[in-house]
This record gives sequence, C-alpha cells and structure tokens, in this order.
Amino acid sequence: MVKIANSEQLINKSKSCASCLDAKFNAKDGKRAIVVCGGTGCLSANSKGILAEFEKLIKENHLEGKVTANIVGCFGFCSQGPFVKIFPEQTLYTKVKVEDAKEIFESDIMKGEIVERLLFVDPQTKEKAKKQGDINFYKLQKRDVALKGNAEINPENIEEAIGAGAFLALNKALHMDPQEVIDEVLKSGLRGRGGAGFPTGRKWQFAHDVASDEKYVVCNGDEGDPGAFMDRSIIEGNPINVIEGMMIEGFAIGAKNGYFYIRAEYPVAVERLKNAIKQCEELGLLGDNILGTNFSFRCHIRLGAGAFVCGEETALLNSIEGQRGMPRPRPPFPAVKGLWGKPSVINNVETLANVPFILHHGADEYAKIGTEKSKGTKVFALGGKVNNVGLVEVPMGVTLRQLIFDIGGGIPNNKKFKAIQTGGPSGGCLTEKDLDTPIDYDNLIAAGSMMGSGGAIVMDEDNCMVDVAKFYMTFICDESCGKCSPCRIGTKRCLELLTKITDGKGTMADLDELKNLANVIKSNSLCGLGQTAPNPILSTMASFYDEYLAHIQDKKCPAHVCKSLMQYKILPEKCAGCGMCARNCPANTIIKTDEVPVGKPATLPLRIHRIDPTNCVKCGLCQSNCRFGAIIKD
Amino acid sequence: MAKVNIKIEGHDYQVDAGLTILEAARICGYNIPSLCAFNNGKCSRASCRACLVEVKGARGLVASCVYPVNEGMEITISSQKAVEARRASVELILSNHHKNCLQCEKNGHCELLEVSKMVGARDHMYEGSQTPATIDTLAPGIIRDTSKCILCGRCIERCKEAQGISILGFENRGFNTIVSPIENRSFANSPCMQCGQCVNVCPTGALMEHSEIDKVDAAMKAGKKVIVQTAPAVRAAIAEEFGEKIGTPGTGKMVAALHRLGFYRVFDTNFAADLTIMEEAHELMERIKNKGVLPQITSCSPGWINYLEYFYRELIPHVSTCKSPHMMMGAIIKTYFAEKHELDPKDIFVVSIMPCTAKKYERQRKEMPNDVDAVLTTRELAKLIKRNGINWNKLPEEEFDNDLLGQYSGAGVIFGVTGGVMEAALRTAYFWLTGKEFGAINFEAVRGLDGVKEATLNINGTELKVAITSGMRNGKVLLDQIKEGKSPYAFVEVMGCPGGCINGGGQPFVKPMFLPNEDLDILDTYKAKRASVLYSEDERQVIRQSHNNKDVQALYKNYLGKPGSELAEKLLHTSYDAHREKFPNKK
Amino acid sequence: MALQSSAIKQITEIVNRYKNEETPLMMILSDIQREYGYIPAEVQELVSMLTGIPVSEIYGVVTFYSFFSLTPKGKYVVGVCLGTACYVKGSQLVLDKFSELLKIKPGETTEDGLFTLDVLRCVGACAIAPAVSINGKVYPMVQVKQVEDIINEYKSKEGK
Repeated sequence: MVKIANSEQLINKSKSCASCLDAKFNAKDGKRAIVVCGGTGCLSANSKGILAEFEKLIKENHLEGKVTANIVGCFGFCSQGPFVKIFPEQTLYTKVKVEDAKEIFESDIMKGEIVERLLFVDPQTKEKAKKQGDINFYKLQKRDVALKGNAEINPENIEEAIGAGAFLALNKALHMDPQEVIDEVLKSGLRGRGGAGFPTGRKWQFAHDVASDEKYVVCNGDEGDPGAFMDRSIIEGNPINVIEGMMIEGFAIGAKNGYFYIRAEYPVAVERLKNAIKQCEELGLLGDNILGTNFSFRCHIRLGAGAFVCGEETALLNSIEGQRGMPRPRPPFPAVKGLWGKPSVINNVETLANVPFILHHGADEYAKIGTEKSKGTKVFALGGKVNNVGLVEVPMGVTLRQLIFDIGGGIPNNKKFKAIQTGGPSGGCLTEKDLDTPIDYDNLIAAGSMMGSGGAIVMDEDNCMVDVAKFYMTFICDESCGKCSPCRIGTKRCLELLTKITDGKGTMADLDELKNLANVIKSNSLCGLGQTAPNPILSTMASFYDEYLAHIQDKKCPAHVCKSLMQYKILPEKCAGCGMCARNCPANTIIKTDEVPVGKPATLPLRIHRIDPTNCVKCGLCQSNCRFGAIIKD
Repeated sequence: MAKVNIKIEGHDYQVDAGLTILEAARICGYNIPSLCAFNNGKCSRASCRACLVEVKGARGLVASCVYPVNEGMEITISSQKAVEARRASVELILSNHHKNCLQCEKNGHCELLEVSKMVGARDHMYEGSQTPATIDTLAPGIIRDTSKCILCGRCIERCKEAQGISILGFENRGFNTIVSPIENRSFANSPCMQCGQCVNVCPTGALMEHSEIDKVDAAMKAGKKVIVQTAPAVRAAIAEEFGEKIGTPGTGKMVAALHRLGFYRVFDTNFAADLTIMEEAHELMERIKNKGVLPQITSCSPGWINYLEYFYRELIPHVSTCKSPHMMMGAIIKTYFAEKHELDPKDIFVVSIMPCTAKKYERQRKEMPNDVDAVLTTRELAKLIKRNGINWNKLPEEEFDNDLLGQYSGAGVIFGVTGGVMEAALRTAYFWLTGKEFGAINFEAVRGLDGVKEATLNINGTELKVAITSGMRNGKVLLDQIKEGKSPYAFVEVMGCPGGCINGGGQPFVKPMFLPNEDLDILDTYKAKRASVLYSEDERQVIRQSHNNKDVQALYKNYLGKPGSELAEKLLHTSYDAHREKFPNKK
Repeated sequence: MALQSSAIKQITEIVNRYKNEETPLMMILSDIQREYGYIPAEVQELVSMLTGIPVSEIYGVVTFYSFFSLTPKGKYVVGVCLGTACYVKGSQLVLDKFSELLKIKPGETTEDGLFTLDVLRCVGACAIAPAVSINGKVYPMVQVKQVEDIINEYKSKEGK
C-alpha cells in the first residue's frame, strides 16, 4: 500500500475509498455485495462457515469481480442472528444457517428473488421486514456514533474504514491547537463510558497541563462486567475508529504512545485490533510525522489475564507494569503519575469511539444528541429475560421502558417484568416505577443504580432478587483483588450472610448486619470495585425488601429459585401417571402412589406420582421431562 | 521547605508541604491509628483502611497515610463517621484473625492489639469463615503463621528493600490471599536468609522468631551446666525492652539479670570476638603473604552465609573459614573450659543470647552442630527476665564472670555495628604488620556503589583497600564486583542486616506507637543510637585490641598454640556448602 | 524437577520475544500459558533468571490471574459462562451438572487429564445463553439434560 504522507493525500484517498464503498453498497451496474455478521454471537453460530460458503459459491460461479462477500461487525440484533445482508437492495436475512447460503445465492444473487422465509417477521404485526430500518428493534436506535461502521464496513480492511470517513477527524484535529481539541471535547459534554461518567475533556485537561517528557494514552478494554459486550463489539466491528479516537487524544494531551489493554477472553477483538494497527502503520497513519505533521504516535496492545479488577484504572496500570492487578491509592492520580510513573489518561473503548464523531461533526452537533447533562449516545448490551437480546446504541434520554419493550421487544413467555440491572456488579436494580426514567448518568444514580459500562440485564418474575444479590456478591468475592480489608473480608462476610439467607437460615439480625456491612464496605474500600460492590445488595434491599423478609421470616423464596426454600411438587390433578419423572430422577425420590390419574382406567399401569422432598436435590429434571406440565415449583 | 496552613479538628497548624495527613497529624500531636504504614507516615499501600479521616470537600473518607496535605485543608479525625469507619476496618481485620492474644508471643508488642484498643474494636464482630491458614515452623530461625497475617505487605517490602531477594510475596487473590515464599513453602525450603528483618516490621504475630526458651528450661531442669554468652549488640538494646530510651546501655544490668536467672556461668561473646579476630587476621595475613584468594570476606554473619550459599556459591573460596564468635565460644567452652574445670562436655549446655534469628539456624548447621545448644534473641531474654520476676530497674550493675574466658577488648565490642569487625581486624592486622597500634579508621562512601563504604590503609608503604557493607541489597553490587574479578579490595566485611547486628532480626522492636517518649524520627535515628552504646563502651575499655586480650593470649599459650594451628583449625574453623539447594524437593 | 532442554529453549525464546518491551511479564506469561500449557515453579524460576524479576513476584502474578495455571489443563477445557445474562437463564445448573458428572469442581482437572472445568465470565454470546465453550467451540443454549451427551461426545473421541 502506498503511504499517505499528508492531508491532501488523505483527502484524496478518503474520496476514492468513499466512492469505492458507494460503488459497493449502491451499485448501479448490477454488482452485488454480501456482508455476513461477524459479531461473537453470530460467530458462535458459524457465520464464518456461511461466509466460506458464499466465497465458494462466488468462485464456482466465476462471479469474482461481480459479487463480493465479507465479514462485518455486530448487527446487534443477536437473538436473530446469524445475519446476511445483500446490497444494494439492503435486504436483511436473519437466522441464516450454512445450508441456507446456497439458496440465498441461487435465489437472490443469481435471480434477484428474495428468500422470503429468511426475512425477519415482527412477532406482533406478523409483517415481514425487508430492510434493517423496517425492524422495530432498530427504529429507536442511533447506531452511527460509537457503533459507527458496525454491520457496514469490513473491519479487516482499512480502506473501507477510510471510505467511511476514518482519519478525517484526526486530520482536522492535527490542524488545531491541542487545547482547542480539548475544548471541543469539553464542549461536547462527553462523559466516560466505562461507568463513572467523569467528563472526558477534564481528564484530558489534567494530563495536558502536566509537563512531562513522556505521556501515555491508555484504552481500557478490560470489559469485565458479566453480560457486557459493548467494547468487544466496537473493537471487532470498527477498530480503526477507536484507534483514531486514541490518536486524537494523544495529540491533545501530548502523548506519543497509546496502550490498548484488552481482556484475554477477547481473542477476535485482539486480532482485529492488531491487524488494524498494522494496516495503519503500513499506510503511515501510525508512526512518525503523521499526515506530514510533527505528531508521531504508536499503538501497542497489552492483554489481560482474567481479572475483573483490572478494569479499575490503576489496577490496569499495575497489570501493564507486570504486577498483580491491585489498585493504587490516589493521590497521585494517573493524570499526574500513571503508567510507569508518567502522566496518563485511561479511557474506556466506547469513550474513545465517540471522539472521532465529535471532532468530525463538531461538539455542537454532538451535544444535540442526548440530555442536558448526558450528551451523545450509549451502547447497551441488552440481555436476560427480554425477547431481543443484543447490542443496542441509543441516544441518552431514551427511557428504560423504550429500551426494554420497544427495542427489547418485551419479556418472553408472557412473564412479568421485575427489574433491570444496569452497571453490572457495581450497579443496582431498577424496577417498574423507574421504567419511564430517561436514561442518563444522573437519573440512573438518582434511581438507585448507575450507568455502568452498558450491561443491562432484564429480570422477570422467575428471578429471585436475593439470589441475584448473591450472584453478584459471589462474583465480587471471586474477583476482589484482596488488597484492602473492607473489600477482601467484608464482601466475603456479605456472601456468607446472603448464603445463610438463601439457605433458609437467615435472621432479622442478619439483615441488619448485611446493611451495616454494605455501608462499611462502600465507605472504607480503597477502589471503585469495593466502593460499589455493595450496590446490588443495597438496591435489592431497597426495592425488594419483602423478598428478603420472605426468605427470613417465612423461609420461602417467592420466585422459587433458592433451592433450600423451594420444592418441586407434582400436581395430582395434572399428573398423567406415566412415571417419566421417576425414571429420570437421579435421587430416586419420586414415589408411585396407588392413586389412579384423573380420567384414566385403573387397569392401565398409570399411577399418580409424588415427590418425596427428603432426598430431592432440586435438579429439576422431573419438571423438564414432564410433558403434561404437572410439576411446579412451590 | 514550603509551608501550608491546615486545620485539624478545628485548630490551625502550619506544616511542611508534601507531608501526608498522617505525618502532619503526628507532628501536630494527633495519633491516627494505622497498620500498614510503617515509616512515619510514608506508605505506598493504603490497604488496612484503619487510618481513615474526613477531609472537607473530599468525596468520601480519605486514607491519611497517603493523602498529601495542601493549603487550606480541613481535617476531621474524631467525627462519629471517621471513628466508626476506622473501628469497622479494624473489626473486619480482626474477624479474619486468629485471636489467641493471651498465648501469642507478640502480645505486648502487637500493633494490631494496640490499634484495636485505640479504635475501641468490639468483640465477635463480622464473624465468619477464616482464610485457610498455614503455620510454618520448619525453619529454625523464623516462623510464619498466616492466621495472624493482616496482609499489610511490610515484610514483602522489607525483604526486597533490605536484602533484595524478595523471598516473600502475595499469593492467590481475594479472601484466599496469603503472604508466603513461592508455592507456600517453608522458609526452610526456600533461599531465605532467616535474617529476621521481616519479623522486625511485622505488626502482628504472623512472623516471629522460633522460640528456644523451652530448650533452655529443659536443660536447666535436667541439671545441666547451662552457660550463657551474650553478643555485643544485645547490650546495646536490651534496656529498651524494659522501657529505657533507645541508646541506653544495659550491660551491667543485663549481666546482673543473667546471674539471677541461674546460669552456671555468664560470659561475654566479646571474648570470642577477640578470638575470631586473631584467627581472621591471621588468615588474612597468610592470604596476603601467599597470594591466596583475595579479597577475604568476613564470615561471622550467618544471614550473609546463607545468602552466600544460595546465591554466590562461587565466592565461597573468598570467605574466611572462621566460625562466628559465639560458635567459637561454644567450641572453646566444651573443650578448653570443660577440661580446665574437669567437666564432661555432655553436661554442658551453651546458650547464646544474640540479636539475630539466623544464628538459630547457624547453631544447628551440619558442619558444627555441637558448639552451641540454644540461641535466644534479645527479645527472648527479656521475656525470660520478666517471667522470672526480675525487676530490671532495681538491678545493680554487675560484671561478666572472669573465669578463663572473661576478658574482652573494645575491638570485640564493636562487632555489633557495621564496620566493627573490619575495624577490629585491622587493629590487629596493623599491629602485626607494623608493630604499632592502629589509630582511628575513616570509612567513606564508595562512589557508584550505593551502600558500600571503603577505606584505604597505608601499611608500611603498601596500600590496603578495605570495604564494608550491610544488608544484601547493598552488598550485591560489591559481590558482583568480586565475582567479575574487578574488586580492588583486600578485605571485605559483609553483615546480613542493614546497619549490622544492632539492627538484627532478634532485637527489640522499634515501633513508634509503643515509643511515645522517643522523637518522631526515631526510625531514622535508632541505629545510630544503639551503635553509640557500643562505640562508647569501646572507648571506655582499657584494652582495645584483640591481640592484647590476656585471656585470649592465655588460651593460645596454654591450649591452641597459635592462630591457625591444627587445633585452632579443628575447633574454630568451618566450611560451607557449595551445593545448597534453593528450592529443595520439599514443601 | 529440572526442565528439559527443549522446554528451556522454548521458554527462553518466548522471553526474548519481548526484550524490547517495557515490563513485559504479562505478555511473557500469556505466551507461556498458551504455548507451554502451564506455568509451574521451575518455569517461573527460569523466567526470573532471564528477566531479573524476583520469582516471588512472578508467582504472585501467576496465582493472581485466572488465566494462568500452575498445573496443566485438561485436553478439553470446558468453560461454562456464568455471566449475568447466562446466569439468569440457568447456566449455574449447567455448571453444577458438569461438575457432578465429571466429578470435579470448577478450576479442577479430571484425574485422567481429559477435562478441565472452568467458569467463564461472559464471552459476549448473550443471545445464545447459556453458553458453554469447549476448546473454542461454542455450544449455544445448553440445557442441563444435554450435558451428559456433550461429555460423551468428547469421551467417544478418546475411545471411551
């Protein structure tokens, strides 16, 4: 590839790549483009195999040059994947299997006939959607800021990124004064997307103001919240965008080196990033004298190794420095003394992904999106008991109700909504009364939770909130680094109390101690992990106190989740007497009674069965095997 | 130094800029409890959370051990919120701590116990499971009990800072975190020097010396002739165990106490120190004369010897074969002394009171297992004295027993300080070479070798360069230089503990919270204060050179012959293990 | 337990890969874990010798991070995701079933060295929760009753 040596060459390259992209997506000469979703969910369903199949078919039919096929980033509508999209018609095929590739090819590519059965069908209206924009899931979203390029460009081809506008923002920034760039980011109102929501421009300002021979930009890609995959999708879908954001920041604060810290659990993201960095270097867009200016910048990748606490910025720095991921006391803050003792700014992946938009379109344009104090968009990984599990990007200010019901498609199986957990193990549960809250940093905190990095887990009536608190505390205990005593010992004690409660041995005194402990851990811990670890407990106690009371006073789990407090029961009136449950019971604790099932002759060997609770291990096999719905949780 | 104006508890103060809140508060007269901070306020961990205070305008409580003061800061220590928070931190630590305070050896010097009292920790708070404990009593010198560890990390830092070998480290994560050598090995199965520097900084009973008081009791009970000897460094610090200020000499009272403890004889190891000088100076002369391996390196620090065998076995030929003084003493007691008194050596039990934990290991080395039968640290001696009801303050000044092995010179006294052995040896070597008595020696720091001091002597026109170092982190550069064949020195003194034996692993603990009558900077001055006790004692001696020790002269004349004789070699010299395994196949 | 010379060569090569990087310990250990399979004390001592980092620090790092293992992992590493989205869909029960059938606790390896059971923290496949990943192959929406079949799939590969 020919190096891009200055702004003029970049503009020209940008223009030519843009027209290539245009030719690809809006072909008027009969050429077709097939893109296959390469997001993790789809990859797990073998979308790579689908791509391979298309590539094979293109070759077999000698259509190279007329039909292209490549992988793209996450479409976001994960429950309906794998996705295949055909251009220029923008037809979107859902739930595609490898076997379907041939039909799509022969029908749509060769004959121009849409394969109707693979189109998305709206569950309410029963209407088929030909294009992405027709689908309700996408209507309220704004997927062109942080998720810019996802599901469009080939993340492994830098030219497509450039065609979509990459590096134009950097080019603009390089011709500004670094302070002007910071001012623009400040004006935009961008706040950290990692969870805390600290104004990004201010962080950059601190580091900018410290005089030092060496400074570092660090990108926090240690997305550890269970159930969160926003950053992963951003890097996998358009790594160049994040690189560009990092470079703009490097210019603004005076850094020559940027470090990506990516969790080891994301090998695809790491590969795509490595590849993107290499391609940038080949084009001279990373290295010395970028675009013919004095600005030199290099990107490096460092991997995590399975420690949630390394998402905490100072623990992350220690990890890069080859140490145990234990946080540092502050002051001094990283902006003054960070990586290897030098001024550093640590920003989340999504935060950086927002930066090119701000520089390219201007802070004012960005500030038009969102609410008064929370500008821009937020990417959420919507999961749990919701129909449309997937990756969404919405402008700040969209309500929780819209997120869950309009975009999310509501709760499956006609179950009742109970809560939505945001902020992962650092956040809290929002309930029915909060559904009309516009999503923004301050509103969510006021409602008892926090924005977090974007994980949003929906829970229904079958989830026990005490169990949820226990789940998060188990996670925290596993991931606590162990440095400071309130977190190391306090969270363990909380878990022991929660276990006691869910085992049916809890007392009212335990509840008081739990609350007291939660407050101690919150106020005494050294870092954000400890300081926010009690949030799930405090939040569920505040909103679902009656569930706690039921566990303690009535020794019952209203959601029938806590094994010690629930029992599988066979409803005699529904039991068909087939004995399937008893045959599969691993504890041999299902008894055949003498009673004949309703409506069955006594001559048949069918008898009503009964579960003897003494040896029952609550595995639930009986319930899953019963074809008559006769077994319930009590 | 720029000053800042701050308010503590509503009162105005002016302090140096750059101090932490903890340091500033201490100077202004407020003791904020802390456990992981060691040196007056300077702490890099902030992990115990026992030092939390309120600062106006700060988001939440602040760890005073790391938070720097700035102009106009308003600090509140005694608000209900801060008091309860500090108490909660300590109570949580206590909930995961083996609370057998009544039996714990650290009782009386335990910082956790003291801080618990300060914060008003309540009983039975936050009870629950305990981190699985490891109790390591395999090593003769020091023991480790993780059930008492509060993960302050001081020992890890200390080992790294003093010895550079980082034996201890954190292991595992979260509630299962412990502090240990790798693979949770015993100190005995890892390249630990057993120097005890870690014991000196541990705030709880997690690290202690391996007590041998019971061995002494058993010997007394069995009717053995229990002979005690004391190292010079012990007298420089023992008075501290009884409330005296650091730097108070305790020789006379110590001897009086030993007399009242029922020992058969009370000897001064300094006698043997003089003996060591005779042998070592002779060895040096021989090497210089016969172009033997130079530089010669001293061998009286067992911590250093352990380090040598683990990490620098190629330098073994350099090290003097002299045993350390107390081992020589033990050997002489069981031969020369026993013979002269017609005693069966098997009836003799030699106890050494040492400032050192490594000597507990040394006395049972396979090369010399019978010289000394038990080693007690300065701290253990104090325990024994208190246990036997002896009131230190009312003790008279008494003298060591003068029985064949009684006399000692000032040269022997200064063994306890870094540079002391060197100076003592040079006094004798100089005399032998020139016939004149040696003057003062001036050590100067070596440029480029931090932690090493050198001096040059002019002996009859020949230049003799010597060097001293203490603490192996300092010593490593010197040893590397010797290893590479680039050493300009003829004689090198190496002490395992930074500052020498006065700062040994068995010395009284120096913990500011237990020393309200000492200056705030005591951690920076205590070594010099203890050293001055020995230097003053040296100056007060009539005899200041080992070769002028009459009892030593008699020993040679009547028994050993001369330095380096066959008998002297047999009794007073040892050898080293060039194949010592760092991580033997045990746990 | 001395290292074989081939192992010494392999580890040394890995360490040299990063000789121009600042504080490369994490990268070295990641590569060793991936290429050598595990990081026992002998390997740590070699890394210590080559890098100058005290072995106690290396040991502290190896025991801190979940990805690093002191013992070899099984031939098939079964990862059951316990991320929130999978958890609320019952992945804990799936994990318990694997644990029961394989007779090992999470983090442990079966005696025959075939299976290691690990807890995964969100692979980002939330749409196909509960997800189980075995040596990179992802099984979507795993039910408790499928667990035995999945295990047998691998056992039969080994002729068991």
